[in-house]
Amino acid sequence: MALYATGVVTCALFVAMMVYMVHFARNNKIEMFDNSYNQYSYRLAREYLRGSILSSDGEVLAYSTGDDAGSQTRVYPYANMFAHGVGYSTHGRMGVESLANYYLLNCHTGLSDVARSEAGDEGPLTADSVITTFDVKLQQVAYDSLGVYRGAVVITEVKTGRVLAMVSKPDFDPNNIEQLWDELISDKKNSNLLNRVTQGLYPPGSTFKIITTLEYLRENGNSVAGYHYYCNGSFTYGDTTIKCYHGTVHGSVDFTKAFAKSCNSSFANVGAGLDPASFSRTLDDLLFDAKLPCDLPTSVSTTAVDAEVDSHNLMQASIGQGQDAMSPLHLNMITCAIANGGTLMKPIFIDRVESASGSTVTRFNPEKYGQLMSTEESAALTELMEEVVRSGTGTRLRSELYDAAGKTGSAEFNNYSKDDSHAWFTGFAPSEDPQIAVTIIIEGAGSGGEYAVPIAKRMFDRYFESVKQE
Amino acid sequence: MSTYLNIYVTSLSKYFLGIFLIIHCLLGVICLILDDTGSDADWIHHVRSVVMFLFSFTAFLCICFETGSMRILVYFFIEQVLMLGIMVIGTMLYPEANKIFAGNMCMLLSVGFVMLTRLNVNKSLKQLMIVTVSFIVSMGVPFIIRKFKLLHTLKWAYASIGIGALGAVLLAGQITYGANISYTIGGITFQPSEFIKIVFVFCVASCFVRARGMSEVALSAFLALVHVLILVLSRDLGSALIYGVTYVVMVFVATGNVLCVIGGGAAGVMAALMAYHRFAHVQTRVWAWLDPWSTIDDTGYQITQSLFAISSGSTWGLGLMKGNPSSIPFVEDDFIFSAIVEEMGFVCGISVLVLCLLSFLSAVKLAAGLSSMYYRLLAVGLGTAYVFQVFVTVGGGVKFIPLTGVTLPFVSYGGSSVLTSILLFEVLAGVSMIRTDERIFYEKISDGETGTDKQGN
Repeated sequence: MALYATGVVTCALFVAMMVYMVHFARNNKIEMFDNSYNQYSYRLAREYLRGSILSSDGEVLAYSTGDDAGSQTRVYPYANMFAHGVGYSTHGRMGVESLANYYLLNCHTGLSDVARSEAGDEGPLTADSVITTFDVKLQQVAYDSLGVYRGAVVITEVKTGRVLAMVSKPDFDPNNIEQLWDELISDKKNSNLLNRVTQGLYPPGSTFKIITTLEYLRENGNSVAGYHYYCNGSFTYGDTTIKCYHGTVHGSVDFTKAFAKSCNSSFANVGAGLDPASFSRTLDDLLFDAKLPCDLPTSVSTTAVDAEVDSHNLMQASIGQGQDAMSPLHLNMITCAIANGGTLMKPIFIDRVESASGSTVTRFNPEKYGQLMSTEESAALTELMEEVVRSGTGTRLRSELYDAAGKTGSAEFNNYSKDDSHAWFTGFAPSEDPQIAVTIIIEGAGSGGEYAVPIAKRMFDRYFESVKQE
Repeated sequence: MSTYLNIYVTSLSKYFLGIFLIIHCLLGVICLILDDTGSDADWIHHVRSVVMFLFSFTAFLCICFETGSMRILVYFFIEQVLMLGIMVIGTMLYPEANKIFAGNMCMLLSVGFVMLTRLNVNKSLKQLMIVTVSFIVSMGVPFIIRKFKLLHTLKWAYASIGIGALGAVLLAGQITYGANISYTIGGITFQPSEFIKIVFVFCVASCFVRARGMSEVALSAFLALVHVLILVLSRDLGSALIYGVTYVVMVFVATGNVLCVIGGGAAGVMAALMAYHRFAHVQTRVWAWLDPWSTIDDTGYQITQSLFAISSGSTWGLGLMKGNPSSIPFVEDDFIFSAIVEEMGFVCGISVLVLCLLSFLSAVKLAAGLSSMYYRLLAVGLGTAYVFQVFVTVGGGVKFIPLTGVTLPFVSYGGSSVLTSILLFEVLAGVSMIRTDERIFYEKISDGETGTDKQGN
């Protein structure tokens, strides 16, 4: 008996150890590979040319050349256009270069090719290629549209979470990262290296009214029918006065009109009546004060709303001012969830990894993160957002090709000069069967309806024109 | 053309190595299940030897291609002669002994030779000599075990040798990386805690020869405690753990009382907690185990390098000479397992562990078949001491338990480790012959022919 027990316990101990070993190594494989103390990646970097990065439509976004893997150079044919999305791989890593470092260093070439390369003078072997989700045409439109403005654009496929374009300005030329490096890191004012899509934090302004509305829906049986308000250009509660943008008087409004016209007074009124504890739970559901489910480094969005928030901060928060701060990617993810019946897909940047001979090494399938809101809630929000484009602040987005839904924002960021505001737009199309979501912020441009919406239109147009052609 | 051959040999060999080791393991399992005292299992042992030869040949061919050194093949030839010698001489001298121990031992030695040759040819050559000498020294052990029937009366001799040697190390030992565990005679460094392990098992087994009551348990517990305490004071925590567990298992088998295990376990936990609070180096080890990443450039360096090696190895490994195992400090001694996984993958790593487990289970099965409690305790005690050492070293290297720095028997480089492991297996071979003797004796009784030779128990 004792012998039997000893044998069984020992075997169990060994099996546990083996399982732990394999499990640990598998689960932390890429993280350990990228650790700077791990010599293995340096060894591979000297053995193979770093793999190419391609767009989803097959354009080469980055490749390496050299007669010898030890002295290879990295070339970025699109230079500044993909600066933050594709990133760089010297002086640390960024973007897809960082995300896919493991795949870009490993080589799955067939043995016969290896032998041919060793025998002949064909130069070093190239490691596996990474095919991203980026679409060069959309990226080009986004990049050009933003022009000389600072800001960020992100376009995502709502049903899969595939990020089709990601532009952040000001930018840099990754081909010259060596020469630019010292200048870039010492320049704190412009922060060209910062990917504003994922790491920029901005006051969300009126785009936050989407979230305030979601909370209103939750507290009022998923209906806005009973709401009426008379706007005289401002709303005062306690010591706090909230004014409409540029002091506009909206007159008698129901909820749909208040949302479409982005009436601050009305939403301050809505906000003052919300239950802080419940609002705080809704914000938790929407990933505030939490790490976003995204493989690139992201900033954590913040809000002043918690269970004990005072009415001043609650009203400020309800119109997206005060201490609210969001990254464009976060707003895009919430927009995607609304467009996708409440389900958020994790944003992905890599479609697949291919060996030099063209066989697929790894494929990244769309991944569900979870349900941010109910299907009914997303439908109600979609209806309100459609009205924004039909008759509200987003009328510049009306099109023959598609019916869009969205929300504009003009986020005041300067307490002294009330005219400075970031222009926001976030929305999706077609509203009856959403395909893509576009989120834009233009720093210091002015109102969202005037500056951000026309840019969004160019991107929707580009996308649906090419869909129509196919 | 030779380039092509080179590429194919070096790229495909890892799969063959894995497959050979798996076959060797599976045959070992069959041996364990079959009652292999009869000659009907002989063919399996022959096939195992052939598989072992194929494994070594593939590995050395690969190393030869990668390094371009023909000397490797000469070395391979000598190594194979030695392995063959161990198997043939063993069978000739002791045809009744259980051959599974020798089979597992030679396979593990071969894996060790391959890895050492790849890491450091000079150390591999030294290891070859150490194995040869160790084998010659321990060749007579099974004979002594079988014929010298008074081994169980030497309780106090074992105790004085054990406590004396360990105590001497504690007093006069030199400092080796925070642990006073070895001393040097005539230019050869000994680590007595390795060797004394065997003496300790003899000592505990002798305590339970006549009776297995409270007084025997108390006496043995006292002796074990002295051993373990000296080891803890010498900061040789890995060995202390092995001694402790071995003792608990032996008492459990002797008395059949689960309370012994619970009591032993509780004492162990208390001792561990005390050691943790008393010794700074124990705390360092535990922290490095819990979170090696935050001290990656210091106390966590070894374990993280080991984890890197294991994770880059993955299922089939990177292939011999294609990894970078030398980046792990003390890779030949304490981290050889990680090097095996890096270059030969989980397949070979797990096969090595299975081989170790097979030896242990063979010892347990052997113990179960013995009617003499003394030899039963010897078999199970030695098996436990062996397998637990494997557990401690591999578990430390894969971050399953805190790192303690003991060697992997037969595979790691090191004089006292190899000698001790070979001696240990020779003792087990000797005990397996006792079992054959017992069986013949009982068969005679049941056949009605009264046996004339008295059994020694």
